[in-house]
Amino acid sequence: MVATESIDQMTATARRVRRHIIEMVTEAGSGHPGGSLSAVEIVCALYFRLLRHDPKRPDWPERDRFILSKGHATPVYYSVLAEAGYFPVEELLTFRKLNSRLQGHSKINTAPGIEMSAGSLGQGLSYSIGQCLAGRLDGKDYRVYCLLGDGECQEGQTWEALMCAPFYKLDNLVAVIDRNGVQNDWYVKETMELEPLDAKLRAFGWHVIGVDGHNFEQLIAAYEEAKTVKGKPTAIIARTVKGKGVSFMENNPEWHGKAPTKEQEQQALAEIGE
Amino acid sequence: MTDAAATREALGPTLVQLAKDGLPIVVVDADLGVSTTARKFRDAYPERFFSVGIAEQNMIGVSAGLAAAGKVAFCSTFGVFMPGRCFDQIRVSVAQTGLNVKMVSSHGGISVGEDGISAQSIEDLGLMCSLAGVNVIVPADVVEARQAVETAARTPGPFYIRTGRPKIPVIYDEGYRFQLGKAHLLRDGRDATIIACGIMVKRAIDAAAALAQEGIECRVLNMATLRPLDEEAIVAAARETGAIVTAEEHQINTGLAALVARVVGSKEPVPLGAVGMRDGYAESGKWDELLEKYGLTAAAIVQEVKAVLARKRSDGRK
Repeated sequence: MVATESIDQMTATARRVRRHIIEMVTEAGSGHPGGSLSAVEIVCALYFRLLRHDPKRPDWPERDRFILSKGHATPVYYSVLAEAGYFPVEELLTFRKLNSRLQGHSKINTAPGIEMSAGSLGQGLSYSIGQCLAGRLDGKDYRVYCLLGDGECQEGQTWEALMCAPFYKLDNLVAVIDRNGVQNDWYVKETMELEPLDAKLRAFGWHVIGVDGHNFEQLIAAYEEAKTVKGKPTAIIARTVKGKGVSFMENNPEWHGKAPTKEQEQQALAEIGE
Repeated sequence: MTDAAATREALGPTLVQLAKDGLPIVVVDADLGVSTTARKFRDAYPERFFSVGIAEQNMIGVSAGLAAAGKVAFCSTFGVFMPGRCFDQIRVSVAQTGLNVKMVSSHGGISVGEDGISAQSIEDLGLMCSLAGVNVIVPADVVEARQAVETAARTPGPFYIRTGRPKIPVIYDEGYRFQLGKAHLLRDGRDATIIACGIMVKRAIDAAAALAQEGIECRVLNMATLRPLDEEAIVAAARETGAIVTAEEHQINTGLAALVARVVGSKEPVPLGAVGMRDGYAESGKWDELLEKYGLTAAAIVQEVKAVLARKRSDGRK
């Protein structure tokens, strides 16, 4: 099945996802709100518009795969999986707690729909390549979407994988880079500059599309364009705002990996809205 | 049967056979497939052989992705590079996922020879044994190596197999059956037990024969599987022979000696001795010269057995 929410429906879903992110990180007392809030539209557009998937059959061999490489962005990942019906929304508040299926960083198959273990950066694109090669070998037409952070692009393994995917002409692979410009300690450009990122990716053999990563129309158009590209993988550089939707978190490195207080939670939820 | 063969020679031909048998084998290679013999698989199944270039981290991740999609994913390079260049990738993408990734590293130990210490893998077994959920095998000869590869292919979950570069004596005939997690008794004796793995197994057999000439009867165990470790065989050896010497082509601080010492110390304390690499590196040289210079010989095992026997007697044990 392919989920087909309208833009309006997805906008409402995105709002709920942002509320979940704030609530689960606050409840846990730890976690990564900034890079989750930046990726809300990127992930929602996949699960509610693009992916061929079935929450009742998470092991369906023909499913499209979403691989979260930036494994700290579990709040957005779990929230979207819950909203899509993989597990109950109520379970989100067990995030990071003892005996929960929702681990701090994602671990494969702990809960339905979790495709890969992550948390140590740079590993997801390689894993996605393996899935793409297997799909081609088996004559399956599933597609693999891998979400990377921009800070994560500093990892050497990411570039090993970026070199590898075009070599194998993996047009069933889409790498989405959440280009929020902020990493753990500080701003990406002052930690280790990535630019010119699009030129680098093109030089490595990727079809590159730049979009506003909070704009559903642009995201969907880019995902659809990727389907038409033959003989090379597609990289979508999604320009986003870290902490998007919560004024005091936006573009502020402090909120990469910190939980709000109860008062901050209330302010954040008020800003996000119902 | 040939008299001598390198354990690395087992990999490629065995994988081809397993694929012919219908197993969904794929091979991911990082530019050392000629040396590890994995490249032989490419000749038979080019579409199932994936070169990633000199990129071991990517090799592990690609293998994990292939495994997650239902393949039995073999990857291979040298022991210094896997796990050395991709330990965290193995930890997160393979050990913590339990995926069907079969890592076969050749050129284990110092018997790599002339390439010198950057190429000599004396830490790989300790690193791999530190990872929960990974089976670790060090075959003693090419016959056992073939069976280890087949066992890995047919048994779910992560495996690490360490093979070697030099041609070494074949000690098993085709009737031998490797059992994962079981030590293999090569010789029995009541005075002490020599527990060896890999290239040192033949040397342990030779040492036991030499000791027998002097009236010292040793049990010899081939501990081909380091994880899961055959604790039962180790405890029985301690109880029944009262002294143990380990022999390995690896750092004794983190390898077989350390594994055996933990079991013996907690369950059946007896005098222990160890033959292996001490706290240091080797150098360039012919492989047999290196084993001689760094004390990985039958003579060194003989000496170590005599040393533990002296302690055994002074402890008042028989």
